[in-house]
Amino acid sequence: MKVKVRYFASLRDKIGRSDEQVSFDGASATVSDLWTKVSNIPASDSILVAVNMEYTNMNHKLKDGDEVAFFPPVTGG
Amino acid sequence: MTDASLKAVSTPSIPDEPRTTAKTELAREQLIRYSRQLRLPDVTAADQQRLLNTRVALIGLGGLGSPTALYLASSGIGHLTLCDGDNVELSNLHRQLLHSMADLGRNKCDSAQDRLRSINPVLSITKVPEYLAGPVLDTTIASCDLVVDASDNFPTRFAVNASCARHLKPLLSGSVIRMEGQASMFRHDLLHAPCYRCLYSPDEDNLFGSCDGEGILAPVAGIIGTIMATETLKFVLTGQSSLDGQLLQVDARQLNMKLSLLRNDPSCPTCAARRTSP
Repeated sequence: MKVKVRYFASLRDKIGRSDEQVSFDGASATVSDLWTKVSNIPASDSILVAVNMEYTNMNHKLKDGDEVAFFPPVTGG
Repeated sequence: MTDASLKAVSTPSIPDEPRTTAKTELAREQLIRYSRQLRLPDVTAADQQRLLNTRVALIGLGGLGSPTALYLASSGIGHLTLCDGDNVELSNLHRQLLHSMADLGRNKCDSAQDRLRSINPVLSITKVPEYLAGPVLDTTIASCDLVVDASDNFPTRFAVNASCARHLKPLLSGSVIRMEGQASMFRHDLLHAPCYRCLYSPDEDNLFGSCDGEGILAPVAGIIGTIMATETLKFVLTGQSSLDGQLLQVDARQLNMKLSLLRNDPSCPTCAARRTSP
C-alpha cells in the first residue's frame, strides 16, 4: 500500500520535507502508524491530519492511494 | 439601488444642497460612505441595512482582531461588542493596527473604540474590557448575532465555543502564529455542524505556542484577519460562509492555502450539549 504524505507550515520545517510517498508492507495501516513511520515527534492528538482533504484523527484507517496532510495546531491571535 | 441613484449621491455638490431632516442626511451620508460596496451586485441597500442592524461580538483586539474590526466597522457592521482585557503595549504595535503610540497603557477596547469611531462615527460600540469568562461571557455571546473569535489562547477559545453552543450562535474562529494561520466557521445555529471542540481537544498542549514565544510576521495576521472580516460580511449578506464546516490553513511561507472538510465528532461533548439546548 502506498500513500502520499504532505507536511504543512511549521510541521514541514520540523520534519524537513514538504511531501513524500510512503509504502507499507501490510494491507492495513492507520494514520498513527504512518506518523510513527515518518516522524520522531511523539504521536499526539495535537498534530492535525486530513485524509483526502477531510479532517480526521490518528485512528483513521488508510487505503492505497490516500493523500494524507499533517498540519500543526494554531492558537495565536 | 440603481447605478443612476448612486451616481447622483456621489457628486461633490452634496454638501451645498439644502439640508432636509437629520434622518435623510444620515441616509445620504451612508449611501455615499458605502457607495463602492453598494455597486456590487451582492450588496443592495437592504443588504447594507442588514449589515447596519447586525451585532458582532469580537473577542480579542490584537493581531487578528485589528484588521477584522477595522473592516467590519468600515463596511458598516452597525453594532460591535469589543472584548479584550489587555492594555496596549509597545510590542503589540507591529501587528495590532487598531492601536498607536498614544494608546500605550490604555485598555484595548478604549483604544479600538476611538480608532473605529474615527472611521465610522455612528457605530454602536459596547466595550467588555476583561477576559471573557462566566456570566459575562454568556451575556456577551447571547446578545449578538455572530461571534468572531480572534483571541490568543486555547482556554478562551474553548469557553467561547461552548458558550456559542449554549446560545446557538455562529462562531467564526481564526488563529495565527509564525507565518501560518487557520480560519473556520462553526455553525452552532445548525444542529449537526462541526464545532471547535470537534477540531481541538482541551487536554492537548504539545506544540502549542504563542505569538510572544514563537513570533509572528505581522501581515500574516492581516491575511487571516481580513479573511475573517470577509467571511463575516458574506455570512451576514447571504446566510453562509465559504468556511462553513471547513478548516482553512494558510502557509504564508510558501503562499499556500488548503481547505479541509470538517465533520461533526460523534463523541464531542460540546455538540452533545448543543443538541440539548432549548
